[in-house]
Amino acid sequence: MANLKIQSLSLHIEGKTLCHDLNVQVGENERWGLLGKNGAGKTTLLHALIGQRRADQGSIELDGISVYDIKQRELASKVGILFQQGIEALPATVFETVMLGRHPHAQSLLWDDPQDIEIAKSALAAFDLDQLQERAVESLSGGELQRLALAMLLAQTPQLFLLDEPSNHLDVAFQVKLLSVLTNKVVETSASLIMATHDINLAFRFCENVILLLADGESIVGSCTDVLTEEHLSRAYGCHIKSVSSGEHRLFYPA
Amino acid sequence: MIAQKQILVLISLTVVCVASIVFSLLSGSVDITATELARSIFSSEPSLSTQVLQEIRIPRTLAAFVTGGLLALSGAIMQVLLRNPLADPYILGISGGAAVGALSAILLGATGFWLSNAAFAGAVFSIFLVFGIANKFGSWSVTRLLLTGVVVSAGWGAVINILLTTSSTNNVQSMLFWLMGDLSQSSVNPAHYLLLLVGLVGGIAVSRSLNVLIRGELLAVSLGVNVQSLRLLLFFSASVFTATAVTIAGSVGFVGLIIPHMLRLLGARDHRLLIPSCVLLGGSFLVLADSLARTLIAPQQLPVGVVTAVIGVPAFILILRSTIRK
Repeated sequence: MANLKIQSLSLHIEGKTLCHDLNVQVGENERWGLLGKNGAGKTTLLHALIGQRRADQGSIELDGISVYDIKQRELASKVGILFQQGIEALPATVFETVMLGRHPHAQSLLWDDPQDIEIAKSALAAFDLDQLQERAVESLSGGELQRLALAMLLAQTPQLFLLDEPSNHLDVAFQVKLLSVLTNKVVETSASLIMATHDINLAFRFCENVILLLADGESIVGSCTDVLTEEHLSRAYGCHIKSVSSGEHRLFYPA
Repeated sequence: MIAQKQILVLISLTVVCVASIVFSLLSGSVDITATELARSIFSSEPSLSTQVLQEIRIPRTLAAFVTGGLLALSGAIMQVLLRNPLADPYILGISGGAAVGALSAILLGATGFWLSNAAFAGAVFSIFLVFGIANKFGSWSVTRLLLTGVVVSAGWGAVINILLTTSSTNNVQSMLFWLMGDLSQSSVNPAHYLLLLVGLVGGIAVSRSLNVLIRGELLAVSLGVNVQSLRLLLFFSASVFTATAVTIAGSVGFVGLIIPHMLRLLGARDHRLLIPSCVLLGGSFLVLADSLARTLIAPQQLPVGVVTAVIGVPAFILILRSTIRK
C-alpha cells in the first residue's frame, strides 16, 4: 500500500515561496486535509505529488522511490487525482468517460477487459450515475459532471487519492454524501487520501490530519484537533476565524 | 466499447471502400464493363481494357486511396494534438511549404519526379521551421504550436500569391490545379503504401492514449500518458502523412477536416475505431471524388479538390443536421 513521504520540501513559484521545509508522512488508511488561503500553494503541492511540478528542494517519495523516477503509467496506477477544473464536457458518453479511469491498468491495446468494465460500472453506481451510462457528457449538470469526475477517479483504483476542491459544484447534501462514499472506499481499500479544500468544516469532518499552509511558506502539520485552532486558522487566512464545539464536532466561521 | 458494433462498422466501411474502388475502375473515357474488369484481373490475356486498367486506372485509384487515407488519418491526429475541432492536416503550414516548393518547380519547368520532390522538400522544410520556432524557448505548448503554424501558413500564402501573380498564364493553370489538388499526374510507390500501413497500425497502437489526450493534457498525465513524447510522435507522424499526401496529389482540401468529424458525429469517438475508419472512409471518399473529377465534364478533368468540397459540404451538413435532431 502507498506510503508517501515528503521530506524538507520547498516549492517556489515566480519568486514566491509556497512551502518551505515541509515534512509530511502519509501512511495507509490515512485521510489528510490540505488547507490554506487562495494562492497558498495547495494545487501546486498536489501537482508536485504527481511529479508534474519539480521540487525546488527536498524530496517526495512513494514507497521509498522518488515520484520523479517512477514511470508515468506506474505512478498513475498508484496515485489518482481529481483536478480542480473537473472534467471537460467534450462529446462522449458517461461510460466512455469513466472507462478512461482504467487507462493506467489497461492490458490490451484494443479490447476492454471485462474486469475493467465491471470496475468502471461499479464506480458509476457508487455515485448514482449508473442510470446515465449512455448519456452525453455535454448534457450533464455541473454537479453530475463532478460526480462523474469522482467516479472516474474511483475507477482508477489508486492507493493514494488526491482531491483538489472535491466539493466544487456540489450542494451541501451532495458534499457530505459523496465525500462519505469516497472516504469509505478509501478505508475499504486501505488507500489514503489528501484533500485540498476551502471548506475547513469539511476537512475537519472527513480527515484526521491536516496540512495547513500559511501565507509565508510556513506550514503546520498534525492532527485536525491540534492544528485546526482559532489561532492557527486566523493566521493562515489572515482574518479572524472563530469556532464552536459540540461534542466531537467543531464548526468554524469567520468572525 | 462494444466489440460487435465496432466490427460491424469496420465491415460496412470495407464494403464502401471496395465499392468505391470498383466504381472508380469502371468509370472513365474507355468503357469497361464489370465482366471485363473481372476478366482482366483474373487472366493475363492482353486487351485494351487490361492495358487501360493496369496503366491508368489502377495506379490512379490507388493514389487516390492512399492520399485520402493519409489525409484523414493526419486530420484525426491533428485534431487530438491541437485539441481543436478546426484543425486539419494543413493547419500547421505543411501544405503551404509544399505548395511553394511545387509552384517554384513548375516555374522552373519541372514536372513529375522533380515536382514531387520539390513539394516534399518544401513540406519538410515547413515542418522543421514550425517546430523550430514553436520549440525555440524550451517547452512547446499547443497554443504556441498552433499560432506558429497559422502564422507560417499565412507567410506561405503570401509567397504563393507572389508566385501566382508573377507567372505566365500557362504556368498559372498548372499551379492552380496543384493548389486545388489533382491526381492526374499522380503516381504512388510501395513506400507510400507502407507509410499508410505504418500509420494505420501505429495509430491504432496509440489510440487508447489518444482517447485520454483529447480530454486534456493534465488529465492524460494523471492517467499515465507520457504526454511529451506522445505529442512529439503525433506532430511528426501527422506531418509526414500530410507531406506525403500533398506530394502525391497537391493540397486536396476538405478530406482531412471533414472525414474525422463525420465519423465522430456518427459515433466513432473512440480512436480504436476512429483511426481505422478514417483510413477506410478517407480513402474511399477520395477515390469516389476522383472518379467524378474524371468523368463529370469528360473529356476535360476537374481538380479532385473541387469535387471533394462539392460532395463533402452537403454530405457533412446533412450528417450535422441529422445528429443534432437526435
